[in-house]
Amino acid sequence: MLRLENITKRFGPVVANRGITLEVGRGEVLALLGENGAGKTTLVSILYGLYAPDEGRILLEGKEVRIPSPKAAQRLGIALVPQHPELIDAHTVAENLALGLDLPPVFARRALLARLGALLQDHPLGVDLEAKVERLSAGEKQRVELLRALLNRPRVLILDEPTSVLTPKEAEGLFQEIARLKREGLAVIFISHKLEEVLALADRIAVLRAGEKVGELSRAEADKERLVRLMVGRSPSPPPKAPPPREEVVLEVENLLVPRHGFPVQGVSFCLRAGEVLGVAGVAGSGQKELLEALAGLRPYRGKVRFLGQTLPKEPARVFSLGVAHIPEERSMGVVGGMSVAENLALRTYPAYARLGLLDYRAMEKEAEALMAAYAVKAPSPRTPVRFLSGGNVQKVILARELKGGPRLILAMHPTYGVDVGAAEEVHGRLLDLARQGAAILLVSEDLDEILALSHQVAALYHGRLVGPIPREVADRERLGRMMAEGRA
Amino acid sequence: MEEALVRAVLFGTPILLAALGALLAERSGVVNLGVEGIMALSALAAFAVALDVGPFLGVVAGVGAGVALALFLGLFAITLRANPFVAGLAVAALGLGASGMLGKRYEGVPLQKVLPEAPLALLALLLALVLHLLLYRSRFGLYLRSVGENPKAADLFGVNVEGVRYLALGLGGGLIGLGGAYLSLAYRPSWTDGMTAGLGWVAIALVILAAWEPLRAVCGAYLFGLLFFLQFRLQGSVPIPSEAFAAMPYLLVILVLALSGRSRAPKALGQPFERGR
Amino acid sequence: MRLELDPAPSPTKVALSYGAFLLLALFLLGFLFLAYGVSPLRAYGLLLSPLLDPLGLAEVARRAIPLLLIGAGLSLAFRVGFFNIGAEGQLLMGAVGAAYVALFLPPGPYTLLLMFLLGGALGALWAGFAAWLRVRFGASEILTTLMQNYLAYYLVVYLVAGPWKGQFVFGFLYTDRFPEVARLPRLGDTLVHWPTLLLGVGAALLLHLLLFRTPWGFSLRVLGENPQAARYLGLKEGRLTLLVALASGFLAGFAGVGEVAGIHGRLLEPAQISLGYGFTAILVAWLARGRPGLTLLTAPLLGLILAGGDALKLAFSMPFRVVDVVAGLLLLALIGAEAASRHRLIWRR
Repeated sequence: MLRLENITKRFGPVVANRGITLEVGRGEVLALLGENGAGKTTLVSILYGLYAPDEGRILLEGKEVRIPSPKAAQRLGIALVPQHPELIDAHTVAENLALGLDLPPVFARRALLARLGALLQDHPLGVDLEAKVERLSAGEKQRVELLRALLNRPRVLILDEPTSVLTPKEAEGLFQEIARLKREGLAVIFISHKLEEVLALADRIAVLRAGEKVGELSRAEADKERLVRLMVGRSPSPPPKAPPPREEVVLEVENLLVPRHGFPVQGVSFCLRAGEVLGVAGVAGSGQKELLEALAGLRPYRGKVRFLGQTLPKEPARVFSLGVAHIPEERSMGVVGGMSVAENLALRTYPAYARLGLLDYRAMEKEAEALMAAYAVKAPSPRTPVRFLSGGNVQKVILARELKGGPRLILAMHPTYGVDVGAAEEVHGRLLDLARQGAAILLVSEDLDEILALSHQVAALYHGRLVGPIPREVADRERLGRMMAEGRA
Repeated sequence: MEEALVRAVLFGTPILLAALGALLAERSGVVNLGVEGIMALSALAAFAVALDVGPFLGVVAGVGAGVALALFLGLFAITLRANPFVAGLAVAALGLGASGMLGKRYEGVPLQKVLPEAPLALLALLLALVLHLLLYRSRFGLYLRSVGENPKAADLFGVNVEGVRYLALGLGGGLIGLGGAYLSLAYRPSWTDGMTAGLGWVAIALVILAAWEPLRAVCGAYLFGLLFFLQFRLQGSVPIPSEAFAAMPYLLVILVLALSGRSRAPKALGQPFERGR
Repeated sequence: MRLELDPAPSPTKVALSYGAFLLLALFLLGFLFLAYGVSPLRAYGLLLSPLLDPLGLAEVARRAIPLLLIGAGLSLAFRVGFFNIGAEGQLLMGAVGAAYVALFLPPGPYTLLLMFLLGGALGALWAGFAAWLRVRFGASEILTTLMQNYLAYYLVVYLVAGPWKGQFVFGFLYTDRFPEVARLPRLGDTLVHWPTLLLGVGAALLLHLLLFRTPWGFSLRVLGENPQAARYLGLKEGRLTLLVALASGFLAGFAGVGEVAGIHGRLLEPAQISLGYGFTAILVAWLARGRPGLTLLTAPLLGLILAGGDALKLAFSMPFRVVDVVAGLLLLALIGAEAASRHRLIWRR
């Protein structure tokens, strides 16, 4: 029904999609599998009219179509549920849904509600139409997104990593819905980097790597190992094992409370020993970021936090100088794009390079070169602005800077988000090396496999409360999922 | 007392019109700092046409000039995604400069047919109401508010972000232009360089004070009008230098900004929209 | 047709885009000249005429002095995202401070030094107030500094028409002449008060060094480039903003001292003290792309436009507002060109 032919898209020197050909039929689920940065999102952005392809064409039921805008995509019957819910927070659910409808120029609120009610009869929404979107949970927002996409009875539905904001149980519900839509004859394109999901849902699986389609398998031909090999380009090495922790207590947190618009973190307590990894799971927005930022000194908080027996100061620079590294949620926070690699590596310690009040750039660049070699940062020179580096290399710059002083506590949030498998393995290796040397690690991740592979203890944040921690040995995906979704260990 | 209220309304009217124009653009996420210049150029255009043709076409010319200069700003602030604050300031300078230059030959020329103030003041009040209904009861209003809050989401919903922003900025420019025409055809039927006297900046501050709500802007504009009237009245009768009175509106604007600095603005205010970011 | 981001534009494209926008600005300006009733070519010729003779060059240099002082400070302020639009008011406050010292303190060997110190301090106070309002209340400094321009304007009008009005000036609105010790030396017969010029050059070089070679400048660049990263490192955003505002206000105040002590020798009506230097300096800073050192080139360029505007005024009795038009169009051309070169136009689909 829908066919993409030879799609190529470049951003400056970077080729995001190269000669990709794909097809999806009525009542079929096509999975697009690939690592972060493989070009999946670019491809659907082209299909949804967000980008113009540089080469190639799109055919809908045999006829070539042009898709210059999302509006055009909708007219053609193509609907998209984006990766992160894109709704207007200040508006009500009804107003958000109304944007997807053909509205009359002037309308009454009541008529709109009645019309939406009728349209939503077979798809229960589960939230009040007049609720403000900002009050909804991530899962509810995504439900609104999906219904909005379905309002115009599309022929093709694109779901971009739909489970990343869902609890496992919510994801289960979504899969059932997709199966039903498929039976109704919808063509579904499902984007993911999670193998289980793809194998559970897809009829056909196309694998992208570095912007190219490297293989296409039917469900029957596919198995985990084959997919991984296609996705990564080689067999993955087994995950490293964390060495057992020591007795010495590094971090004690007692009743930590972050006050801001309600309490994103409410009375969290835990204890971390030297060499110990505590993995924290949770649905996006459950307080993970606030917890880490509070400990790093970026947010005011209440409660007792003792680091190596001392009260932790509430000032980022002092926290760092005591030996606490912080790998922030968003890479854009951890580097300054317009400044050089050397400057970014010196971001924490630049005052130390002052000689008679002036910064000694030669010394800074020399040290940068050594660090770049040690962490395999690929950049033309220490003077290259960080903005020209790939995501994986930027992450290495952050890691090199944060870890070079041999920290005793590492606060890491999504440390491998958006980097390729090779780089992720390196990151894990680095973290565990430091654990071996006696660092305690607080690891927040959306990737349950990452948490289960690295941690000694696991916990989940649920509406700002910490569920657990429980020892890794008694945890598995299901139990962790329950902790995230229901707040019970 | 009655006179005070009437003068407050009449003096508040150009502020109200300009504020409504700025408000409309800002609700769609476009900052318009060019108000002062747009108003000045419209006042001149209205005056020149009224002199040669007639007052009604003068109003049309004023509105037209407002729309045109606002759309010119849009070229930079919307299409090219240039820094909207700097672009707005440049347009303010351009409008003030061009009107001062081109208006030189009209300085001191009397206008024969003057427009009455009261109907225009009523029209302004009506327009505020229309704007309120437009924002909250119409499809375009829904699109406009959506674009101002989250252009990325609106884009995904199929709303033409740039189109809506151009419309809002252009319509707003028309309102500002009407304010300018009111100044030079009705309120002070003449042309002098600098006759807008900072009203455009007051209007921008008023938008913030009114929390981006058209009906609140009405109250605010009349309040400013009352203050201007009192300034005019008290001048000379109290031992305070006239410069202090002249400086009062600006001081007031600073006060308003300080008091309502963090009030709720449209979320995407002043952010150029870039797809795929 | 649509626009997409171009992460790495080629130098040719950047040059072409600047060229095209400057042409567009010249075209629009020519159109306005035509509408005013003068030949655009002659007008352009006059605009550039100060370059042709030594006296004209001295005029350019004289205008470049305040532009350099203010522009250097603004390029620092813009770098950290403090949009100080109020240099005009800060300049006037500097003039007020200078006039106070010159007129009301006993003259002595330190008179000039005191004038610069008090003038700078008043300018800094004026800018610092806006920074404080932003840090404390979140008030937009674009609007507050702009409003403060008007406040300073009326303060000066009040002073020269009221309490400070000269005893021997009859109907004119200005103060008495400053004593000789409160006057700055000039280059020969020109109006170039060279001590202020030296201050300007020194300020531009010093701020450049400060920004690119000191730890404090390093933190300013982090803050300006990525406020999120500044928060991550624990930099004190409020304090840095305030300090930068004070510095830029201080330099604008210096400019005001230079104008009254170097050229007029008295405090007079605001429109005569400053010919829109505050606004023109925004262009100086914007052109310098946040590099204080570059204002050494951009300030004379804009000085030329001001001097040319003067020539136009004399030749065609054109209102001096023409300078606003030139500045506005030039500013639009610059930001337009910069934005256009960051994008690419896609005609297909």
